[in-house]
Amino acid sequence: MALDTVSIAQNNPDTSQPFAELGLKPDEYARIKEILGRRPTSSELAMYSVMWSEHCSYKSSKVHLKQFGEKAVKTDALLVGIGENAGVVDVGQGYAVTFKIESHNHPSFVEPYQGAATGVGGIVRDILTMGARPIAVMDPLRFGPADAADTRRVLPGIIAGVGGYGNCLGLPNIGGEVVFDETYIGNPLVNALCVGVMKHSDIKLAKAAGAGNLVVLYGAKTGGDGIGGVSVLASETFESSGPAKRPAVQVGDPFVEKVLIECSLEIFAEDLVVGIQDLGGAGLSCATSELASGGSGGMKVELDRVPLRDATLSPEEILMSESQERMCAIVEPKNIARFLEICKKWDVTVTVIGEVTDGERLEITWHGDLIVDVPPRTVAHDGPVYNRPLAKPEYVDRVNAETVSVPRPKTADEIKATVLKLAATPNLADKSWVTSQYDRYVQGNTIQSQPDDSGMVRIDEKTHLGVAVATDANANWSYLNPYEGAKLALAEAARNIATAGAKPLAVTNCLNFGSPEDPGVMWQFAESVRGLADGCLEMGLPVTGGNVSFYNQTGAVAILPTPVIGVLGVIDDVRTRTPMSFDRAGLDLYLLGETADDIAGSEWAYMHGQRGGSAPVADLQREMRLIELLVAGRTSKIFTAAHDLSQGGLSASLTEMVLRYHVGADIKVENVEIALISETPGRVIVAIEPVVKEQLLALAKKHEIVITRLGTTGGQDLVINGAIIPLEELRKAHSETFPKLFG
Amino acid sequence: MKVGVVTFPGTLDDRDAARAATNAGTTSISLWHGDADLKGVDAVILPGGFSYGDYLRCGAISRFAPVMEKIIDAANGGMPVLGICNGFQVLCEAHLLPGALTRNHELHFLCRDQKLEITNNKTSWTTSFSMGQEVVIPLKNGEGSFQCDDATLATLEGEGRVIARYVGENPNGSRNKIAGITNERGNVVGLMPHPEHAIDTLTGPTADGLGFFTSVLKALVK
Repeated sequence: MALDTVSIAQNNPDTSQPFAELGLKPDEYARIKEILGRRPTSSELAMYSVMWSEHCSYKSSKVHLKQFGEKAVKTDALLVGIGENAGVVDVGQGYAVTFKIESHNHPSFVEPYQGAATGVGGIVRDILTMGARPIAVMDPLRFGPADAADTRRVLPGIIAGVGGYGNCLGLPNIGGEVVFDETYIGNPLVNALCVGVMKHSDIKLAKAAGAGNLVVLYGAKTGGDGIGGVSVLASETFESSGPAKRPAVQVGDPFVEKVLIECSLEIFAEDLVVGIQDLGGAGLSCATSELASGGSGGMKVELDRVPLRDATLSPEEILMSESQERMCAIVEPKNIARFLEICKKWDVTVTVIGEVTDGERLEITWHGDLIVDVPPRTVAHDGPVYNRPLAKPEYVDRVNAETVSVPRPKTADEIKATVLKLAATPNLADKSWVTSQYDRYVQGNTIQSQPDDSGMVRIDEKTHLGVAVATDANANWSYLNPYEGAKLALAEAARNIATAGAKPLAVTNCLNFGSPEDPGVMWQFAESVRGLADGCLEMGLPVTGGNVSFYNQTGAVAILPTPVIGVLGVIDDVRTRTPMSFDRAGLDLYLLGETADDIAGSEWAYMHGQRGGSAPVADLQREMRLIELLVAGRTSKIFTAAHDLSQGGLSASLTEMVLRYHVGADIKVENVEIALISETPGRVIVAIEPVVKEQLLALAKKHEIVITRLGTTGGQDLVINGAIIPLEELRKAHSETFPKLFG
Repeated sequence: MKVGVVTFPGTLDDRDAARAATNAGTTSISLWHGDADLKGVDAVILPGGFSYGDYLRCGAISRFAPVMEKIIDAANGGMPVLGICNGFQVLCEAHLLPGALTRNHELHFLCRDQKLEITNNKTSWTTSFSMGQEVVIPLKNGEGSFQCDDATLATLEGEGRVIARYVGENPNGSRNKIAGITNERGNVVGLMPHPEHAIDTLTGPTADGLGFFTSVLKALVK
């Protein structure tokens, strides 16, 4: 076993190195040599290769993502912006909230349970790292067709993994999405969102300041999981002894993470850390280089001190390991005794592995031999940046020109059949089979969760302050028009916050796309980012952070462009929120917003194999007026219920409303062949007591929102233009789908 | 009146249980698993969660915690003890209650609003209810199927020690739809559903769960 050290690298400049196998391009390898003035050691090569990977360096997306900063609105609400582990937003009363989405798509395809579980674990640590107590999770998921064999393989494991990890952490799952489409077969999307809360003064950052301060690794021991590609190095560097192939997917232990959370919060409460970073993608390579470059740059680490689960791990593997449930803290020497004491109380493994120096180099030794000597910023931040070629794919104009031809419900029988079909289709069917595997009650602050439009949690029991979060994507629209698709997803997520009466405050995103090396995919990506940046600027909402997942494709087929947009909102008194549905008869139902013949990209079109047509154009000014109306209606106590219209249009929204508390409705609409199935954005159904009718009409007039009376609540049927759909029959159609598919 | 709420590593619903006890009018005191000290409390709640990550078996490690020695002694001396979900599992492992909680028959974690019938309103934790009263409180667990041998079941049923039963479809395969049981003396209760998550309609499906916590206050005042 030969250890590759800095002095060996200096003396043997021509040793050939497996940079290509590690995913580095020849010019990137040359750049590393230029930075170091010599060839990298194998440990340095490992660090650069993983930190300069697409996942860690955002090298293909950076040039586009900078729009989120350039077009940003000026706001005092943003306490910490893009670049840290997660953005932090001021929600008033001295509270700050942090939230972020991340993808764990590829691991979840390989190993559904662990992939999804560690996806939750990773995002929760990002939130914890900011100094916040995690208070809720959400999980937007996308799969191949519901009846496909591979969907049956991955879906149950992914759901169990999200639940298994989140439930054991004691985090309520307050919402998400489950969407099916052919393009996700072989490439499911597992996005996980976490929300955390703290006081302003508790915000923590990833920086290693102050020479002499200690670098402390705590949490789980380091194992051979999540090493993946770097095992190439091990096999190149070492003889055949020892385990050659390391597992690519990390294996999580939520119990260790739960204890790590409580231990960390106790450490934060006593203000014992100068800086902190979780170990996620790229493990110690990422944590040490980011902490060091967040400070003055100097850090010394004795890698052989890292506690190991597997004593045969090489230094390269230790640097790369993505073993879960680990944190790295910078602690002043005067605080270390208390830090160790708290770790002991929680039975958390803790080791001082190094110290901050007044130099500018990250130096890592292995039993005394120097194996890494790099300027940390070159690893963490100065990775390559690509302006990849992009070109509008030929399909766009072709499909935009197509006319959508679907059956149009006109007669009572057709109306009833349409409503029942939409209620039962997997994308719109009751998701209880999924959500009943998640704990939505733990912590005792959940006000709304699935199937509500947004998740809502109380953050102060005395003042009743709360936050609401929604995530949305409409990949069908993004396929037809990625610019408008991103704006429409933003508008929908914001609307889903506002239906409950909360005020949208900030945006996060998880941008799931195919290969950036395909100019057509790159164009979809660039258009989506431009749309989202323009949309956020227009709506006055800052982007607080996000995540990009490329290479979501099977062979030449990329997934639909899927920008998942998360919006966070604040509500001053959760007790006054507007519920999603009505629980009694005698209320009047109104539709806010105008309905056009927006069938392109609709669920009804998808169900009939139609993917063409033109997406709607987002009218964000109207969306903002609608949001203001919804918030004003909540504060003036006009609404008994409010529910967004989105996929499945009026039919799906009415289905969800009448089934929620098992109270029917009698509805009359004009142009039912359009009204029932159209998915025109910017629409909400509201229920009111008849006595506040004039107030509602005045509010709609003031905010220039078209309002139409739909009917009244009551009875044991959903009646639409005389078509009678008994609630029991509707419930059966809506609720049978998932148990039948997945048992 | 002071109600102790135990925190093991991996306990999740300790703050919820403390909130419920406080809302019912008692003072809640936090008890740490590693301290063999009940801090002078008058009753104890073992809350839900995944203590010790459910390693080995649910509750199997927690039952050996230093605080448990004191709780077992106190329970045998008549102190009211309520075990909720994982707490119920700990009580069974500690042999303060008979039987065991096994994997749900459908093999999934299950979280839902569950209708229960109160079938014993004489215990320290159930006097606020009327016999046969139906309540709705959340059920959430992966291992909530109550199992015991036939003789034990006959004893529990014969002595009226089943304190709550699931109404409607059996959610997890529990014998005789048992949701909760008590010991011979009626001071120790194990309950699979979570009354601490049903203390107001803002955060829970109902406020029905509060009755368990007001019951113990009455028991202590007496």
